[in-house]
Amino acid sequence: MYMYKIGVIGDKDSVLGFKALGVSVFPTNDIREANKLIHKLAKENYAVLFVTEQLAKDLNEAINEYKDSLTPAIIMIPNNRGALGLGIDGVKKSVEKAIGSDILFGKEG
Amino acid sequence: MAKLNVNPTRMELTRLKGRLKTAKRGHKLLKDKQDELMKKFIDYVKRNMELRLDVEKELTIAFKNFLIARAVMSSEVLEEAIMYPTQKINLEMSTRNIMSVNSPIFNLVKEENKEVSNIYPYGFAATSGELDGAIYSLKVVFDKLIELAQVEKTCQLMADEIEKTRRRVNALEYVMIPQLIETVKYITMKLDENERGSRVRLMKVKDMIEKRKAEA
Repeated sequence: MYMYKIGVIGDKDSVLGFKALGVSVFPTNDIREANKLIHKLAKENYAVLFVTEQLAKDLNEAINEYKDSLTPAIIMIPNNRGALGLGIDGVKKSVEKAIGSDILFGKEG
Repeated sequence: MAKLNVNPTRMELTRLKGRLKTAKRGHKLLKDKQDELMKKFIDYVKRNMELRLDVEKELTIAFKNFLIARAVMSSEVLEEAIMYPTQKINLEMSTRNIMSVNSPIFNLVKEENKEVSNIYPYGFAATSGELDGAIYSLKVVFDKLIELAQVEKTCQLMADEIEKTRRRVNALEYVMIPQLIETVKYITMKLDENERGSRVRLMKVKDMIEKRKAEA
């Protein structure tokens, strides 16, 4: 079976720990650089990209672009300053998209 | 409701009736697909939410541990310590078909270095115990993180598919099928009208012929 890779994009302090696990880590703070990275890694065989919410909040365009394709799965993770609630919003948004309104988790859930 | 722009002929009528039948059948099938997708989606998205809340909580704790480790060690030493990981994580991906949605299944493959038996890529002399704890908690949460990736991607793909299916169902239900019914009705009425017209004409002609015969 074909092997895929896992990438983590985020600020250095947050993502450094992942390196010890043997995952490819791309520390960056710059939105533009992160944007380029997502596109570049998507073309290589990265199946899962973890992006910190801190960066992801300005990368909507790039993230939405890959939402409908099988790879890469771009997953938001909180950074070391805690969660922004973007990941949860993402889940709610897919509920809204599928059902029409968020009947499962509620607006302020 | 607008009817289709067609010639009111018998052949067209047969063709349209066929199309209407196909449309109705397609509509039923798509509707069934939508219902089933929705059912599955709700299961998945609930799991998605659970996992996400879980992962976010655990990850925050792991990051906190890491922060503490950074505080007690200088960042050069820390970076040096984890520069060469003992294991390499790869990902096996297969796909599963859930109601025509191709969704990924991730499977972690760890390539471990045979010489070192643990996940800590450093000697214990220069590093602090906090780092061990931080890396361990990160390792524990990572399996869940991959599961989250799998479930969340599946949810996104399913949401997309549901949206597409809903559009198709609605287009059939509210546009295609009423239009076809309307057109079939129009052609039937037109044909009936033509038939009545020609019957009247025949009767008229017969009358005229008989009148002429009587005069002669």
